[in-house]
Amino acid sequence: MQLVLEKRAERSNTIALVSPLIAIGLTIATMSVLFAILGKNPIVALGVYFIDPLADSYSLQEIAVKATPLVMIAIGLSFCYLANAWNIGAEGQFLIGAVAGSWLAVKTHGTDAGLWVLPAMLLLGAIGGALYALIPAICKVRFGASEILTSLMLVYVADLLLDYLVRGPWRDPKGFNFPTTAEFDPVATVPILIEGGRLHLGAVITLLVVVAGAVLLGKTIMGFEIRVVGAAPRAARFGGFNSNRLILLTFAISGALAGMAGIIEVAGPIGHLQPGISPGYGFTAIIVAFLGRLNPAGILIAGLFLALTFIGGEQAQIAMKIPLDVTKVFQGILLFYVLACDSLILYRFRLVSSSPKVSRGVA
Amino acid sequence: MLFGPKSGAAPLLQTVGLTKRYGAFLANDCIDIEIWPRQIHALLGENGAGKSTLVKAIYGLIQPSEGEMRWQGEKMVLSGPSDARARGIGMVFQHFSLFDNLTVAENVALGLDGQQSFKDISARLEEVSNVYGLPLDPRRDVWQLSVGERQRIEIVRALMQDPKFLILDEPTAVLTPQEADQLFIVLERLKAEGRAILYISHKLEEVKRLCDIATILRGGKKVSACNPRAETAASLARMMVGTEIREVKAAAGRQTTVPRLVVNDLSLEPDDPHGVHLKHISLELKGGEILGIAGVAGNGQDELFAALSGERLAQDPGTVVIDGTAAGHLSITQRRRLGAAFVPEERLGHGTAPRMKLSENALLTGHAASGMVHRGFIKLAAMLSTVDRATKAFDVRKAKRDPEAASLSGGNLQKFIVGREILRNPAVLVVSQPTWGVDAGAATVIRQALLDLAARGAAVLVTSQDLDELAEITDRIAVMFHGRLSAPLPTAQATREQLGLLMGGSALEEKEAPHAVSA
Repeated sequence: MQLVLEKRAERSNTIALVSPLIAIGLTIATMSVLFAILGKNPIVALGVYFIDPLADSYSLQEIAVKATPLVMIAIGLSFCYLANAWNIGAEGQFLIGAVAGSWLAVKTHGTDAGLWVLPAMLLLGAIGGALYALIPAICKVRFGASEILTSLMLVYVADLLLDYLVRGPWRDPKGFNFPTTAEFDPVATVPILIEGGRLHLGAVITLLVVVAGAVLLGKTIMGFEIRVVGAAPRAARFGGFNSNRLILLTFAISGALAGMAGIIEVAGPIGHLQPGISPGYGFTAIIVAFLGRLNPAGILIAGLFLALTFIGGEQAQIAMKIPLDVTKVFQGILLFYVLACDSLILYRFRLVSSSPKVSRGVA
Repeated sequence: MLFGPKSGAAPLLQTVGLTKRYGAFLANDCIDIEIWPRQIHALLGENGAGKSTLVKAIYGLIQPSEGEMRWQGEKMVLSGPSDARARGIGMVFQHFSLFDNLTVAENVALGLDGQQSFKDISARLEEVSNVYGLPLDPRRDVWQLSVGERQRIEIVRALMQDPKFLILDEPTAVLTPQEADQLFIVLERLKAEGRAILYISHKLEEVKRLCDIATILRGGKKVSACNPRAETAASLARMMVGTEIREVKAAAGRQTTVPRLVVNDLSLEPDDPHGVHLKHISLELKGGEILGIAGVAGNGQDELFAALSGERLAQDPGTVVIDGTAAGHLSITQRRRLGAAFVPEERLGHGTAPRMKLSENALLTGHAASGMVHRGFIKLAAMLSTVDRATKAFDVRKAKRDPEAASLSGGNLQKFIVGREILRNPAVLVVSQPTWGVDAGAATVIRQALLDLAARGAAVLVTSQDLDELAEITDRIAVMFHGRLSAPLPTAQATREQLGLLMGGSALEEKEAPHAVSA
């Protein structure tokens, strides 16, 4: 007997909807085994991960704060992935956006600049991220360089640039030699929504991005172009849509959203520029985009779910001494299962008896 | 049997009543064929006649639905190509399966069954290529090689298995005449060594020159087995395209007006190695006129379609003129705005995005000029109205108002695509294989629509391999062969024999280069 993958006659829409849930189920099962190996009670550990963070207002706000950059980046990435452009470097675009916006905060620091500073910072962040994302896009279009590699490699360039700036020219003179800029002025800070809480205006901007993303994809000719270039490239060319233009466009959009998420994170919850501003948001957003089926509403839900794993991971570290790296393992396993389960949309498993006729080798 | 060298002995390979069914479609219908050693056996037929299906069954790529195959007189069931190779059946495909970034020797090693050391393979490769006069440097990377050299790798790879029976699928399709001549010397030698060869082709002169026996397929059936040397190219052509069908007649007279589509000396290099080089193509098509382009697939029809539609741009704007405007440099969208419409051969993936709804597929070609887009926003109502109008006018049958394109049957999807374009009232319609794989009812609807469109003053260019179809609807017919377009013949005067000869390239070549086998 052999287990074979067999192509379905038609794609299964049921599986397309259920596949993320199967993936989550398989991930939880795998994690339970992992917890057991670590010597922790899986039931208790899963409770700390997934139930406890939902129980108090502080954690709920914290989930929204974490979900904000994840969702914003993932919306942009979903445009790329729908158009078959593989932007893996959102993490770098996030960092460059943070750097570009912080430049204005550093330059206006201590002056009496007005309320225009924050909007200008957000704009700079978006422009910085977009320009940075265009580097791999142009290399792809002009030279045929793999955008997967170039966009990923540029993450490390961005990381080191930020490191240099906060240790060198932008370091806070009164900062006791810590590698950080001065605390941003109030006009350069994203306002808090709930007094004494952590939820900030960025969450609202993200919701607007989700709505705008849904409108763009579903209601505009540009969204149609993005979808058709990815779904049927030859038909797209027949329709008069230029795939190179779309690569540039989707990279620019996703870079802008990642950059804006970066400056919102720095000007919001963090309050200054420093190394390590992202616990891998740009990479986790890839999981969010796929878990959300590259659909804006799905991405919102997936972003909240992934944020839950971040918060749950922190609580598990405090309460049960489970290493934070386990959270990253968790996210990696989740992406693995999401992509694996997607093959069930077009294929199904079947048991076949091995053929007795095969004389030597397999064709 | 007429052609058996020794009576009493079993042929090397024999198919008995071989039938292959795809759903209700009979790709091969009860085919009997005998392959004897020391013979080059031609398999002739138009595209879609069932040649590929037959050799796929013989090479173990597909299982026949009915009938059996006998190898040296014994029943043979193949579990796959490696099983076929183990018995001594080799095949050289029309499209090569080579890794560009690997060397010749590495490619050969990857394609061989069994375990041999790389050193042995390289040595044997050099030996085989020397013995047969197929020079190959085992250390060169494949991407550096010409198409002819790449084919040599495939042939040497097949020969290294020491096959008793070698199948070649249109081997000269990609070769220059000189390369083809070299290949024929190799094939003659293989024959002299006692091997059998099945040679798939539609080039009649080539078959007459090389082959000892020809089996002719038409519509999945074997129509004849003959000695090609005793036939003329014309009689072979007649057997390929069929004689029982009606003689060519002109469509009802229409008023022709000004030229609406003009092609001036269009030459285009192919952009992929299997493409066809378009050479000096000129044509003029008036409003109210339907011009047919006949020819065996792969002679440049796809390339011509791309050049006319703007999927490929020409250097010189004047090479394509749409309704008086030089358009060679314009994109497909700009050409649509000039009033041109296009229907490609492939319905799914080219003419439509298979997983998108019909309304979205209406938008695919309608976004340029049909009021479906307003300030960047798409108007679903206008898209759905196109779907509804096409459904009504062309009797498109579907399960719901706006299903995915892939869920429609071939005929209904084709009616939708043709309808989508005709509803835009184009000045010029370029349509490729309008009724390919479409049921008879839908085919009639589509042909009538093309006639009606021309009657309203549009210029219609139809590429088809179905001579009956061209006879029914066109005013003039031109033939494509090797990237060249013959001068159009008035449909009323063209005979099937003339067209068949043009399709086989013989008439064209006699004018250009006497005695050449292929141009």
